[in-house]
Amino acid sequence: MSEKEVKNLEEIFEAKIARDEKIEPKDWMPEKYRKTHIRQMSQHAHSEIVGMLPEGNWITRAPSLRRKVALLAKVQDEAGHGLYLYSATETLGISRDEMFEQLHSGKAKYSSIFNYPTITWADIGAIGWLVDGAAIINQVPLCNTSFGPYARAMVRVCKEESFHQRQGYEIMLTLCNGTEEQKQMAQDALNRWWWPSLMMLGPTDDASTHTEQSMKWKLKRKTNDELRQQFIDQTVPQADILGITVPDEDLKWNEETGHYDFGKIDWDEFWQVVKGHGPCNKERMQTRVNAWENGQWVRDAAMAHADKQADKKVKQAV
Amino acid sequence: MSDNKKNKKEWPLFEVFVRSKNGLEHRHFGSLHAADAEMALENARDVYTRRNEGVSIWVVEAKNIKASNPDENGEMFEPASDKVYRHPTFYDLPDEVKHM
Amino acid sequence: MNKDFLIKYIYGIADNALILGQRLGELTGHGPTLEVDIATTNISLDLFGQVRSYFQYAAQLSEKEITEDDIAFLRTEREYLNVLLVEQPNRDFAFVIGRQFLFDHFHFLLLTEMQKSHDQTLVAIAKKSLKEVSYHKRFSSDWIKRLGDGTEESKQKIQTAIDDLWRFTDELFHLTEDDKKAVEEGIGVDVSKLKETYYKNVAEILEEATLEVPELKYFQEGGKKGIHSEHMGYLLTDMQYMQRTYPGMKW
Ligand SMILES: [Fe+2]
Ligand SMILES: [Fe+2]
Ligand SMILES: [Fe+2]
Repeated sequence: MSEKEVKNLEEIFEAKIARDEKIEPKDWMPEKYRKTHIRQMSQHAHSEIVGMLPEGNWITRAPSLRRKVALLAKVQDEAGHGLYLYSATETLGISRDEMFEQLHSGKAKYSSIFNYPTITWADIGAIGWLVDGAAIINQVPLCNTSFGPYARAMVRVCKEESFHQRQGYEIMLTLCNGTEEQKQMAQDALNRWWWPSLMMLGPTDDASTHTEQSMKWKLKRKTNDELRQQFIDQTVPQADILGITVPDEDLKWNEETGHYDFGKIDWDEFWQVVKGHGPCNKERMQTRVNAWENGQWVRDAAMAHADKQADKKVKQAV
Repeated sequence: MSDNKKNKKEWPLFEVFVRSKNGLEHRHFGSLHAADAEMALENARDVYTRRNEGVSIWVVEAKNIKASNPDENGEMFEPASDKVYRHPTFYDLPDEVKHM
Repeated sequence: MNKDFLIKYIYGIADNALILGQRLGELTGHGPTLEVDIATTNISLDLFGQVRSYFQYAAQLSEKEITEDDIAFLRTEREYLNVLLVEQPNRDFAFVIGRQFLFDHFHFLLLTEMQKSHDQTLVAIAKKSLKEVSYHKRFSSDWIKRLGDGTEESKQKIQTAIDDLWRFTDELFHLTEDDKKAVEEGIGVDVSKLKETYYKNVAEILEEATLEVPELKYFQEGGKKGIHSEHMGYLLTDMQYMQRTYPGMKW
């Protein structure tokens, strides 16, 4: 294809997206679109499955049977989300195994928030409330993104997410209506998860690359800072209902803007964790790699068995 | 990862179709990996009908689906677009004629 | 009527589901594929659902003011009445599947018979659970065949697991004094009568999976009397952590 022809195709392609038409896997697409989507979607998938680990850490210790089944179902949902997203990414011509390899080798990123430890039961509440809350804000706009398989996966994901945040908030509410010790546990969890949750919405707009391109392809609808503001505005009143304090001395309602003003985020911490030096980066990766490697013989066995069965069928037919 | 591991076969991809309730068609729900069709059915049940979403499941290995090529969409689909006589609104009837 | 035997009888059944559910819960996030991870978590969820029905019923029967959680989390090790089989650790996926397989086939027969109980609550629980357990049995039996007739490595691993776990199967068919009383009252299942069918069914699948059916003279027992393996204490330490550390709080 000549350069001019490609340019022409690109224009048709961009116009299609601008008209709100979806792009499907076999449609022509610019290489950059494919690559960007593989990167973002697989990162999203990785986040879902790495995200199973901090909460999974409390399944065996959940304090009641009701909490235990809710947590199991929630963590299981995250596995499902990972699966939907890996599948959607595979339509772009990359295999799940390749994506796992990228994750395990450290080449692919995942959401940094999951590199923080869950050290008390209240952390399970805080994650559901704050982390799933921030995730929902990130994800709802993606239900309308331009790439069809991604958009469809996100519709399913968002539908399932709705109970996650509620169960988290309910845990917090129960703690805050409980004993002084429980309330302190909730406050402590908020203290530790608040800032990382704000960071989850991404670097500030001036530090963020490829925002414009992402807007055009509907991978983003709002900027990181807008999303962060939205998150803060909706979460602070929820903390008030719980009767616990957001750990930010500069947090103040601003009559003029109609938003909360908030303090400075420690971006050094953010980049440190992104670059692999958070409290649990090593543990998370090790756990994923172990699960994958310990599962190799199981996957091989199932495949070998399937091949044998298929052979048998052929022989019977002859 | 050792080469020997890399050469191992990945479980093939299956497409999953679910009938949400009797009276409705099977609809494409998504995909998953399984070693064989039997496992694909079981996996589909666990992955896609956890919330009571289905009463029947079809699975088909993705490689067995023959798909039309979007580059040929012109010849494939556009010729149908001007055959307006296939649609009821093409025919003029007086308003007095009801229920037709 | 003194309901104590019935409560103990229920514990005997429910504790199996509780402890096996707990073991499966340890696997969530660590499965060999996402699909299998989701499947084993589903089984865990089914089992905990059953546990809740049993314990809610037991709490009703009890003269004390207790809840399902008091029963699940606040007994001492000697008061848990599950069989030794279900508390065995997740040594590898072969042990997970082997344990599940050996339990599911028993569980299926037990619930099938429990549908004839004179206790209507137990009948209702059995009916609902039987559908779940039929699926568990299918899942674990299919995997036995895959691992047995898969690769050399998988065959050896699953054979080891079956050989190792076999010594816990006989206990499934023992009756405690409370079990006997429950059988006399027409409430409980005489599990000793399930033994023959069980070993026949299990052997059939193992043979199909090209595996050896172990021949064993000596079996282990104790769980049903509250005498557990060394693994149990650690499992309970985990499971009871919150309730023990923060007594009397609501979660
Ligand atoms: Fe998510
Ligand atoms: Fe999710
Ligand atoms: Fe979630």
